[in-house]
Formats: sequence, structure tokens, C-alpha cells
Amino acid sequence: MMRLPWFEYRAPETLAEAAQILAGEGANAALIAGGTDLLPNMKRRQMAPRVLVSVRQIPELRRNGSVLGAGVTLTEIVHKPALPLGLRQAAAQVATVHLRNMGTIGGNLCLDTRCNYYNQNYEWRKAIDFCLKKDGDICWVATASKRCVAMSSTDCAPALLALGARVRLVSATGEREIALEDLYNNDGIDYLRRRPDEILTELSVPSAPSNYWKLRRRGAFDFPVLGVAAALIDGSARLALGAVASRPFLVDRANDFLRGKALSDEVIEEAGRLAASRAKPMDNADLDLYWRKDVSAAFVGYALRELRGDDMRETRRRITRYQPA
Amino acid sequence: MTRAEISLSVNGEPVEVTFAPYKTLLELLREDLALTGTKHGCELGECGACAVLIDGEPQLSCLLLALECAGRSVETVEGMAESWQSGAGLHPLQAAFADLGAAQCGYCTPGILLTAKALLAHEPEPSRERIQEAISGNLCRCTGYQQIVEAIEEGARRMADESHR
Repeated sequence: MMRLPWFEYRAPETLAEAAQILAGEGANAALIAGGTDLLPNMKRRQMAPRVLVSVRQIPELRRNGSVLGAGVTLTEIVHKPALPLGLRQAAAQVATVHLRNMGTIGGNLCLDTRCNYYNQNYEWRKAIDFCLKKDGDICWVATASKRCVAMSSTDCAPALLALGARVRLVSATGEREIALEDLYNNDGIDYLRRRPDEILTELSVPSAPSNYWKLRRRGAFDFPVLGVAAALIDGSARLALGAVASRPFLVDRANDFLRGKALSDEVIEEAGRLAASRAKPMDNADLDLYWRKDVSAAFVGYALRELRGDDMRETRRRITRYQPA
Repeated sequence: MTRAEISLSVNGEPVEVTFAPYKTLLELLREDLALTGTKHGCELGECGACAVLIDGEPQLSCLLLALECAGRSVETVEGMAESWQSGAGLHPLQAAFADLGAAQCGYCTPGILLTAKALLAHEPEPSRERIQEAISGNLCRCTGYQQIVEAIEEGARRMADESHR
């Protein structure tokens, strides 16, 4: 039996009230929306916030029009045809039906980084004297590393990065809107540039032809061990990668090369090579490390060929299994 | 805050319950409401054994704070038979599971029954692929899923037949 640790529960009805609580509690408080990422972490004692601030009742987070509230569930995103296909494909491949009914887009963007040495119960982690990310001082994946290399595992972030989405962060002292790529640090511990007193309230998502390809062992449940997102922005293809670093990122070298180019077979192959050279998976997740790195060029190829209009349905069916209607 | 108190609907009945505030809905159902049909599996959202319907949609009770269920409608496997029109016997899905051998050890069965019920509420005649997708969050280590999928198809047929009678 894994009980949750004790916490004080607050359920503010307005954004201002929630921001006030965070301003007072700082890092002692955690926001809870769907709870599907936070509660397992609390059960395993990776986190034990003194105060849980539920955002379920805050109307701004439930907006589901041209602006997307951070509290919209992944199921709602899958079933909203007005949203770009790349985002819907990413949301449709997160976890399982049950977890998509609970988990929110804001939660998926803020998903804790993952690692085989971290996502374990307390006794398991204690037996290896813990790790850099929580309670220990060594990284068991790269023992010489000063930096935690836990992996970004969000599916929706690469899709939204390729599309050029922006997010709004609100605190008691003000608010700011930033490009989604500026939300992330390449650090397994300090992976978000959201301050502890800020609430991610909403996203603006440009429309564009787009897609998302996810590598995982099974057709459901699994976190990505590689995510490739592509979008066609102002006539040029743009790529983002997930699950190959501690942050999801736009692949600048490949995107510079792709700018203004038609997607010929040669261009796609070179973009795949450039993108794969930026993929730096670590041996802290499922599947063979070297194969995961090698296969990234092939996945970039799938994404770009689908973006130029090739019929990729058979390949997508084989790899993706389930997809939004 | 030593004890929390909420009102919610459980299997159509209004319930007021007092409980330790750190409890999940799974713990509330099993320990405070004595509804042990909802099974306690991995506790981390990786198996689907604890699935219940929240306002009609399948969710995992092990990852839902009981506190957040205030005012919501929860359906567990105990309420399934009553929820069917006749109310006299089993829900057609339950009967089909029994008749077709879709339950072996039975541990995953409550979660799958409820998940299937929610699917059929949206899609009375789902394709086999849609059934597989709907229950892809429910692990079964006995059956290999074949009988489960067939029982959901049979349950859907029986529900249609009984509704037209």
C-alpha cells in the first residue's frame, strides 16, 4: 500500500486567489490539475508538498476556444478537430484512455522528467543511496555528470514547439507570455523556467499542417522514448524532438537547413541526419540506447514525408496503433 | 485539517462521508464505503484495475483525490447491475463476461466492465479496434484479451436486443 503523504488541500475558485496562495507558499506548494503525474510522485515520496492547490475550479484554465486553457484534458484535445493534427496525434498517444480523461495539457507540458533510477519507490531508491534528482548526490546514468540527465517525456510539447505555440504564466505580481521553447531548461532537475509562484494558465496554438510520431514499446501506456514533431510554417518544415534530452526542443540545425526548401527525398534524408545528430538519448529509459538514437533519422523521415503529403497510413498504423479520427 | 467531509453520488445514491484527507478515491471506496469491487492494483496508474466511472467517464480511482470527488457522480462495479433497465439481474456486459469466460482470476474485470460500459454509452456498436483501444488502459494477465473483446461485442448485442424488446 502506497499512501499519499499528508498535505493541506486548497481549491481556489479564482486565478487571483490561486496566485495569492502560491505567492505565500512558494516551493512548499504544488499545483494539482489531473494529478496523474503528481500523485504517483507523491506516493513514491519523490515529492511531498505541504500544500496542494487544485486548479480544477479556476475558469480561465477551462477555456476551450481559440485560446486553450491549461486545464483542458487530453481527451478533450483529441476530440477537438479544430486543433492542429500534430497536437491531437500527440495527445492521443499519451498513456491510456483513463489517464487522458484525467490528465491536462498544462500538466503534460509541465510533466516531471523521468529516469529509470528515479521513477522507483522509496525503498528501491534508498537501496542505491538515491540519485542526483532526489535525495542523493550521484547520477547513476552518467556517474561523472554534475547535471541530472532525467528525460523530458512530454508528447504534447514537441508537437506544440513545432507549431510555434506560446504559453501564459500568471503570478500575484504579474503575468507574461512566452514562446513554449522558453519554458524549458535542459536540466533534469530544474527543467522548467516556470517560477514556483507562477501558474501556467493558457496556450495559444497556431494552426498549421503538422504531425507527431512517437516511439514506444507498446501501443498504449508507455512514455515516449523518442518523439518527432513536424509542422509546415510559412512554407518551411520545422522539426522538434522529444524524449532525447532533459527538454523538448526545436532542432535548430535541421530547421535552418529546411528553411525555404522543398521536401525532396535528398532534403528529407539530410534533415534526418542533422536532426539525429542532435538527439542525445541516455541509457535511462526503455529500449536499446544506440537503436533509439539511430532510429531518430528514420522517424524524422516519416514525419517529413507525411508532411509533404506521402501516404504514410500503413507506417503510422504499424507504429502508432491508435489515432484521432 | 484532520478529517475531511464531502457529499457525492455513488452508484446513484447520495453519500456523505468523512475520511482522512490524504485518501484517494480508491481508498475511500474500499476502506470507508466498504465497496471492495473496485480493485487495488499498481496504485500508480499503470494497470487500470481501479478504474471507475466519474460522471460517466472511465478514470483511475487510485490517482484521484477523494477530496476532488465532492459533488461528482461515481459509478463502481457494484452499481452496474442496478444501472441496467431491468435492475433484476446482471448488466448484459456482466452476463456476457460470465457466459463467455471473459473473467479468469477476475481482478481486472471490474475496471474493464466499467470501461466497456462507458464505451458502449458513446458507441453502441463499436468496431473490434475501437474496443481494443478503449480497454488498452486495462491490463489483464490471464485471458489474453480475446474473450474479453468477444464478451464486450456480445454484451453490446445483448444490450441492443434488450433495449428493443
